[in-house]
Amino acid sequence: MPRSHTLTTIGPSMSKANRNIVIIGNGISGVTCARHIRKKDDSAQITIISGETDHFFSRTALMYIYMGHMKYEHTKPYEDWFWEKNRINLKRAWVEKIDFEEKALIFSNKESMTFDVLVLATGSKPNKFGWPGQDLKGVQGMYSYQDLELMESNSKDISKAVIVGGGLIGIEMAEMLNSRKIPVTFLVREKNFWDNILPLEESKMINRHILEHHIDLRLETELGEIIGDESGKVKAIKTKAGEKIDCQFVGLTVGVSPNIEFLRTKPLESSENNKTIQTNRGIIVDMFFKTNIPDVYAIGDCAEFQEAPATDRKNIEQVWYTGRMHGETLAFNLTSDKPVPYQPGVWFNSAKFFDIEYQTYGFVPPVWPEEYESLYWEDAGGKIAIRFLYGKSDMKIKGVNAFGWRLRHDYFDKAISEGWMFEKVLTHLNKASFNPEFFKSHHKAVLDHYNKQKGNSLKVHKISFFQKLIGSRT
Amino acid sequence: MKTIQKIGLVIFAFGLLLFTLLPFFGSYQLEKETVEVNVKEIHTEEMVEVLSPMFGKTYSSNFAFISDFKSYFNAYNDGLKANQEWDKVIWDNYAFALTKASSTGPVSENPFLFLGITVLIGVFGALLYILPLYRGQTEGIKNDGIFFSSMNSRGLLGMITGAWLILFYIVLYWFPEYITNLVLMVDPISMALSGNPASQWFLYGFIYTLAIIVMGIRMFRKYRGNAYQTIRTTSVMFFQLAFAFLLPEILVLMNMPWHDFKNIWPLDYSFFYEYRIDGMISSGALGMFMLIWGIILIVVGVPLFTYFYGKRWYCSWVCGCGGLAETLGDPYRQLSDKTVKAWKIERYLIHGVLGFAVISTALTIINYFTGFALLGQATDQLHSIYGFAIGSAFAGVIGTGFYPLMGNRVWCRFGCPLAAYLGLVQRFKSRFRITTNGGQCISCGNCSTYCEMGIDVRWYAQRGQNIVRSSCVGCGVCSAVCPRGVLKLENGDEDGRINEMPIIIGNKSITVKA
Repeated sequence: MPRSHTLTTIGPSMSKANRNIVIIGNGISGVTCARHIRKKDDSAQITIISGETDHFFSRTALMYIYMGHMKYEHTKPYEDWFWEKNRINLKRAWVEKIDFEEKALIFSNKESMTFDVLVLATGSKPNKFGWPGQDLKGVQGMYSYQDLELMESNSKDISKAVIVGGGLIGIEMAEMLNSRKIPVTFLVREKNFWDNILPLEESKMINRHILEHHIDLRLETELGEIIGDESGKVKAIKTKAGEKIDCQFVGLTVGVSPNIEFLRTKPLESSENNKTIQTNRGIIVDMFFKTNIPDVYAIGDCAEFQEAPATDRKNIEQVWYTGRMHGETLAFNLTSDKPVPYQPGVWFNSAKFFDIEYQTYGFVPPVWPEEYESLYWEDAGGKIAIRFLYGKSDMKIKGVNAFGWRLRHDYFDKAISEGWMFEKVLTHLNKASFNPEFFKSHHKAVLDHYNKQKGNSLKVHKISFFQKLIGSRT
Repeated sequence: MKTIQKIGLVIFAFGLLLFTLLPFFGSYQLEKETVEVNVKEIHTEEMVEVLSPMFGKTYSSNFAFISDFKSYFNAYNDGLKANQEWDKVIWDNYAFALTKASSTGPVSENPFLFLGITVLIGVFGALLYILPLYRGQTEGIKNDGIFFSSMNSRGLLGMITGAWLILFYIVLYWFPEYITNLVLMVDPISMALSGNPASQWFLYGFIYTLAIIVMGIRMFRKYRGNAYQTIRTTSVMFFQLAFAFLLPEILVLMNMPWHDFKNIWPLDYSFFYEYRIDGMISSGALGMFMLIWGIILIVVGVPLFTYFYGKRWYCSWVCGCGGLAETLGDPYRQLSDKTVKAWKIERYLIHGVLGFAVISTALTIINYFTGFALLGQATDQLHSIYGFAIGSAFAGVIGTGFYPLMGNRVWCRFGCPLAAYLGLVQRFKSRFRITTNGGQCISCGNCSTYCEMGIDVRWYAQRGQNIVRSSCVGCGVCSAVCPRGVLKLENGDEDGRINEMPIIIGNKSITVKA
């Protein structure tokens, strides 16, 4: 990791030298922020506080620990010496409250720590909607390392599990339990899996794939209550329709909310001396990640933008990638004389539903307004699909969903931000594909599908025999 | 696990156990004629005299037989050495040949029967286990439970397997006279192929090839749906069977030197040794072709193919060591060390071995062309040091014996001089790279964990940087296990291949340098 040694004089003014920057949360947002501050500011004292783990790990990889693909050590993106080498102090503690007046943190063990600049990157926690029995033993969400440990013990020697909530964490939890051969009933409130994000065909494809993995998928089914036994352990659930399903484990995966309880539920004894931080669902920030309190910032899952960063963006962004971008941007602003507003580029995201990889670029809502048109192609096997959304009148590409088909990020980032003609993208799909070598290519089938629909005769952009021989795409 | 698979494992374990115990069976009897047939003419008289106390005596174990043999033989040599009669000392090692020829046990009478109840039944059991693997499951990554497995994560089973392999290699390289029973089993096959009785190397080649084929079939099951893995595995199976096992034996049948056309110096470290050169030169047009082909591979083949495809064209598609690592070794790929420290050690070691091989070969060639005026027989000393330390101890004992302990590419990563040479080309002049797909990495760590070469793939992927590393053998597993479609092995323009300071796509606020 290259480190700059010149930064006490450029970027931040001298008054910013030797600042004591404290970051609460060692997830992707906080850690990215810390790393980028260090790259540009050699003098700042940087401390990352977490009660969850000693070191940064990849939250998205927790499922693989449970499934035995990796151990916890493998999920740490940096070796343990990295932090000392880059002079990033790590403190293992839970913050109980923050005294904004005195610029001090008070930990659960009553120790305290002062700061000049505070970055709140406290992430999320699983939602619970007040169901009867939601606090029984064996009922849990899946977000933190502690949740993983809990799941390990809660799922020991059980014969049946129920998962409530048809989103990304729900399907991951189903996959986790499935890997241990624990039968799963999967309650999804919506008509189809994740259909508030995915268009109908895509949702249905994932429905089928879930069933193929022997998951008992119950669509349009809501949780009524959770029933416990005498010892306070879950023994069954009842759906709103009244059906009782015996189980010894319940996964609650109905979304996550900003983890900011510690900021608002602690009435301070001398509260009139304390400023309070403005919150709604999350910590309210502007486009520079500033809260209402000077020198206090919030990034990642716990931050709520006063105004959404773009028309197709939400006020709270709870994705790995956005956390990273928040961290990058705030670090830039904290080390620069010319702060920039957060300005995300073309939207992208990815996930994996059991065996089916999913990537999306640009704008593909579950249903789209009149002025857009869509092309959807699905492979005969029903596990590979691609959808394009483009403008009806201008024919410019707006977005793409791909399933079982890896696509090139830089290609679509360019195509969408520069507004390429959809048909140009379609005829150059072989260049846009990111599938491994020798995989069956589908770009001709997609083009044929389009030609048939439109009565066109567009042709695939050809590459030469020599290029094929040396395995080159360009 | 299905019942049939359990039965398969039991049968495999039975075959393996019998294979392990077989060297301890049988009786041994040395006759005068045996010595006369198996000993060089110049030694016949002395050897017959030295070993005469053993004639007609029946030994009930190879240990007793070899012990007597060694005590008579060493006493003879020690006497000569004490009298400084160096020219009379017998330097040849006849222990293996004479023990094998003296075996009178059931194995020599029924080689096929014993081959059947050890190796073949082991293969049968393994296939019973392998063929039903993942049946009824969807195509996709099959890494569930790997780190809960005793065999795959340095548990007791892994340790035992490692210990067995290490022991097997030590006996094979330095004490082959103790496993003559095993070699006797494959005598008929060797006779059929090359017209010669089997050596321990034939036995080794036979088992090695079987291991690649059987575990190659396992690869087809495990990576079902991944065309790259399937084609690559087919390739290593083919090159091992055809080029490393069958063709060299057939050459011998045709009175040609044993030659593996796909082996390349400096992995094939003896290529320029006197006996190999003489063998090739004295074998007519085909012999000359062997010599020229070998040199073309070194001078043109390696740089050209590596320029277009990266070192994978050899290491994970053609090479025999790579072939075993990618098939038998696949269950252990996650055990390689990913630390920066290991990377440092790797660079010193592998380039050190390359230097050693180059110097030793250069001296050999100079010596050869100066008619041995320069160094006399000193290069022989160098060869035996290299053969012992690198060829046997490093490549064999550590290279394969440590599969269950340090991962399946210990030799390829830390020791193979050819890999070092290919790696230098790959690093500095090649179209090959693993492309990182913009900003899609979630730092999960599957790629690094399953990299058999111990490359911390994630370190590059999460900063949007392409992976250009000399050690990458292009097995493609990082790309296969990536849950987000971030990694792609590809050959492309050299322009933009190495992006030291990448910009992660997606954030328009700033253009952050990672």
